[in-house]
Amino acid sequence: MNSATVKSGPVAKLAWVVVAIVGAWCLGVVALRRGEPINAIWMVAAALAIFAIGYRFYGKFIEWQVLQLDPSRAPPSVLRNDGLDYVPTDKWVVFGHHFAAIAGAGPLVGPVLAAQMGYLPGTLWILFGVVFAGAVQDFMILGLSLRRDGRSLGHMLREELGPVPGLVAMLGVLVLMMIVLAVLALVVVKALTHSPWGTFTVAATIPIALLMGAYLRWFRPGRILEVSIIGLVLLLLSIWAGKFVADSAALAPIFDMDAKALAWWLIAYGFVASVLPVWLLLAPRDYLSTFLKIGTIALLALAIFLAAPMLQMPAVTKFIDGTGPVFAGNLFPFLFITIACGAVSGWHSIIASGTTPKLLANEGQARMVGYGGMLCEAFVAIMALIAAASLHPGVYFAMNAPGAIIGTTVEHAAQVISQWGFVVMPDELTRTAQEIGENSILSRAGGAPTLAVGMAQLLHNIMPGEGMVAFWYHYAILFEALFILTTVDAGTRVGRFMIQEIVGLIHKPLQGTESWTGNLLATAICVALWGYFLYQGAVDPLGGINTLWPLFGIANQMLAAIALMLATVVVVKLKRERYVWVPGIPAIWLIVCTLAAGYEKLTGPISFTAAADKYADALANGQLLAPAKTTAAMQQIITNNRVDMVMTGLFMALVVVMVLFCLNALVKAWRTNHPTAIEEPYVALADVAVH
Amino acid sequence: MDLKTRLQAFRKRAVQTARLCCGVPDYEVYVQHLREHHPERKVPSYAEFFRERQEARYKGGGGRCC
Repeated sequence: MNSATVKSGPVAKLAWVVVAIVGAWCLGVVALRRGEPINAIWMVAAALAIFAIGYRFYGKFIEWQVLQLDPSRAPPSVLRNDGLDYVPTDKWVVFGHHFAAIAGAGPLVGPVLAAQMGYLPGTLWILFGVVFAGAVQDFMILGLSLRRDGRSLGHMLREELGPVPGLVAMLGVLVLMMIVLAVLALVVVKALTHSPWGTFTVAATIPIALLMGAYLRWFRPGRILEVSIIGLVLLLLSIWAGKFVADSAALAPIFDMDAKALAWWLIAYGFVASVLPVWLLLAPRDYLSTFLKIGTIALLALAIFLAAPMLQMPAVTKFIDGTGPVFAGNLFPFLFITIACGAVSGWHSIIASGTTPKLLANEGQARMVGYGGMLCEAFVAIMALIAAASLHPGVYFAMNAPGAIIGTTVEHAAQVISQWGFVVMPDELTRTAQEIGENSILSRAGGAPTLAVGMAQLLHNIMPGEGMVAFWYHYAILFEALFILTTVDAGTRVGRFMIQEIVGLIHKPLQGTESWTGNLLATAICVALWGYFLYQGAVDPLGGINTLWPLFGIANQMLAAIALMLATVVVVKLKRERYVWVPGIPAIWLIVCTLAAGYEKLTGPISFTAAADKYADALANGQLLAPAKTTAAMQQIITNNRVDMVMTGLFMALVVVMVLFCLNALVKAWRTNHPTAIEEPYVALADVAVH
Repeated sequence: MDLKTRLQAFRKRAVQTARLCCGVPDYEVYVQHLREHHPERKVPSYAEFFRERQEARYKGGGGRCC
């Protein structure tokens, strides 16, 4: 540990004291100022200062003391260099790749939903959650994988805990993936419902992608950047053309769909896209969405810095008591499962044990990529929160509250929302809808539309122009829909391979990826699994997101808890017990949050059980409750809620089982007087010839 | 290092990052690896290399986040 003895000079020390004071001051303004709106820049500055301090001090503490990373040790990329998967790569290149892989729609949706409690609870959870839990998880899993030939999370779980807990955790991952795909697809459905402009532009991405695929295959093989620029130009053209489609009496009805129709289209699309050869549709969309994602995040950052908006949402609203319209439940535990990606996300443990550990050229660069990459995602989450909180609160609640609560007319919505204390006029809601080129902004929950309106207004502030708000709104919707649909396609393929493996255990020939029967069958099963939850969301009385997002949050935090438990076990197995709290405390926190949220979703007023019983009682009395119009629809809602109960119970059982396995492993390791972790032997970097 | 070399190095890194984000590693590095360690194997053209990597990216492993 030579590097541990490096001391910073007096100037550096002074600089860190200044950063700490500035950070504390800004955070004080964000947290304590009441009664007058504050500027978003305070929040940005507080976040940057806290991230810098967390990265420099806590990150280094984990690097040196907990993981004891060693720059003189040869990493997997050097030991197993094959020029393809294992390649020692420049640290900035690895960082860019890692960030692009972890940042998705998650950090943009959760904080927007959580804004119903005010900007302060979400901000504090993102800032402290990422420093003490999220970045710790990503960094530690990356560190563990680096010492184990870049092995995957599942493989490490099997090795360190045993085959059964490994299998249990992987089952959890498969179920989590289905919920993720359903809830993300639902975000797209909510954004496109009765929006011919949005639906047209998203539909236009299909022929654009096919064109790009053909271009890359036959005309200019492998020219990704070139074809992506062509694709981007065509996309911008389709946004422009979308306005004419929406205004045309002949074309608009074709693209004007309700939630159910859109759900069916997405299910059909997901099936076709994952059966077709990847080069034709999936890969070109993937390139386009990757570049658009990075570009748009940069654009959002620029807009926030230049526009420096005031936060119109109060710091804390009365909805911390659990009566909020966007999602039900108290601040504890529901804030902590609503904002998953951005504060701590279980999915990252899969990426951090995927390609990234196979590319890092040195263990000394793991903190920058693992810890630093997650801090960047947290910053994206903070920006999404700013975009939502800078909207008029009346507009925010009109967009995010379900129709069952605020009704379907602007007059009724404005009246209900004004009664909550967020005074808004009906024409304010109508005007916002007109500005963004839509018929209505009511009940468009799911984060994407809210973020799009926030972003459109910010961009309009710095780049004014007639009709530009509508253009930026549809640009933001398109960008979110594009990368969500890419996730859905790719996820369906991954799910298909997983299912094919399982089905192959029963009937061997179905396992082959070239088997058309196996391919179609497994894809159909996979699409049916997520499609069921998507359709359920589309017909849900509370608009879907309200019901499904907590299920997604519970599942994602469950995976994070499993990853952190693995890290805890390994720390003890390495006989570094004095640092067991570093992954241990966030693991316990997530276990408590998931179990508490799961419990409330099983019993009590906001549970799936209560919802199922309410509809069952009404049905028994021969009544019909909105939105159901037939007894069959009533029955459907009852069944859906019962399925959600089973899912919640399953996730809770998974957490409890994993806790028991980990406790068992912990006790064993604690009693053993020598290290028992399964690391690859030390090889000095200097001893491995370059190439 | 003069400005031009620096800009060229920066551009190279940027292109490498962009390609890696799409699952396509550095072609030149792979060719060099083949020449040094597996001289008996045929060196694929960039188009062949690109197609192989494109297929490999979507073979599973859950390589992206929500």
